[in-house]
Amino acid sequence: MKENVIILGGGIAGMEAARQLLLLGERPVIVERADHLGGHVADWHRLFPDKSPAEDLLEGLRPGLEGAEIHLGTTVSSLNALKDGYNLTLSDGSKLHGRALLFATGFELFAAERKEEYGYGIYNQVITNRDLERWFNTGKDSRLSGRPLSKIGFVHCVGSRDLKAGNPQCSKVCCMTAIKQAIELKERFPFAEVYCFYMDLRLFGKKYEDFYIGAQRDWGIHFIRGRVSEVAETLDGRVVVKAEDTLSGRPLKVSLDLLVLMAGMLPNPSATALARQIRLDVDDDGFLRSRDNLAGIIASNRPGVFYAGACTGTKTVPETLAEARSAALAIHNYLQDAK
Amino acid sequence: MTDFGYTLSRSSTVNLDEADRSLWLRLEKLEPDLRLCMACGSCSASCTAAELGGMSLRKVILDLDRGRDPAPIVSACMLCGKCSMVCPRGINTRHLILSLCRIYEKK
Repeated sequence: MKENVIILGGGIAGMEAARQLLLLGERPVIVERADHLGGHVADWHRLFPDKSPAEDLLEGLRPGLEGAEIHLGTTVSSLNALKDGYNLTLSDGSKLHGRALLFATGFELFAAERKEEYGYGIYNQVITNRDLERWFNTGKDSRLSGRPLSKIGFVHCVGSRDLKAGNPQCSKVCCMTAIKQAIELKERFPFAEVYCFYMDLRLFGKKYEDFYIGAQRDWGIHFIRGRVSEVAETLDGRVVVKAEDTLSGRPLKVSLDLLVLMAGMLPNPSATALARQIRLDVDDDGFLRSRDNLAGIIASNRPGVFYAGACTGTKTVPETLAEARSAALAIHNYLQDAK
Repeated sequence: MTDFGYTLSRSSTVNLDEADRSLWLRLEKLEPDLRLCMACGSCSASCTAAELGGMSLRKVILDLDRGRDPAPIVSACMLCGKCSMVCPRGINTRHLILSLCRIYEKK
């Protein structure tokens, strides 16, 4: 009988790794705390750079999971390192043993209410990137219904590149997500004026810069270089946003019907807690520390423990999938070598 | 009015709710590439009229976008066209300035 390969997390990293492990003849077991697979991608509507439906990506991954043992709505109560592998006690009381363990624990979205000056949770006109995707998916959000949306703003770097918020790193997907969402809102509200408040635009990937050019040329989206400093409600039910227009060197204000905060990626605290139980190295930024940041991203400081996706830092979807495949192969080789 | 012996300075805040962008909109019809500017400053850095005349196409475009009249800056341009060679977004900057000058003539 094949030994278990235990995968912590059933987002796209865990799903893709499990799929590949099955193809390699291994026996993956996914432990997922939510009642469904898909992680953050399951909350999303469309993905950059092609605006393809997030559901299509998950739809492509699901069939390959036939034969995998999946524990939904389950957390890990305790994790022990043994001589010949790892022992887990799950929240339902059951126990699992495996020689290989894959952290596919992902990230946590920054809680936007922590940046109180932006007014999330205080003003109905302020929502997050995730709220907007959910609204695209469900059409339901009491904050958005019944109001005309003629002026819309996006705030980049909410909880990212913010030492004071304890999160110095760039979340890297938000620039592109903001532009994607800005265009999606223009598609729905062609006459709306859309403003993106940025510090600098980090559009590093394939097709990203084309998206930016398209946002300017085809959609007339305004880009204002300056970090929003404060948001306040107006008498007529809008919010007034203040920033420095750093290109003009002057303060700037504009009133908006909707403000979307681009909440960034934080380390997943439950992953950190589990990592501590088996003395895995945690990096200065709070993410799990890879054995090597060039050639060993998916390797940990312990034999048999592997990483895939945003547990080691901010990642895009294709990066996450590539790491999941890479980790699956590394786990397969690890189990073969040990025989 | 009572003279209090001092005056109030006008606010320097850019208020986008009240900004008059009609000049931008007129120029945009003639020069749709105007939208492509990403404020990199290559044009201003290569400008022969920048040092003595204070010309900066980047500032001209920014002023138009924020609803301020850039006429005093534009007047320094000698239409040498060097900026056209360096724009990374391929905007025909010389033609853009020419179109703006034509709008001013019609005013």
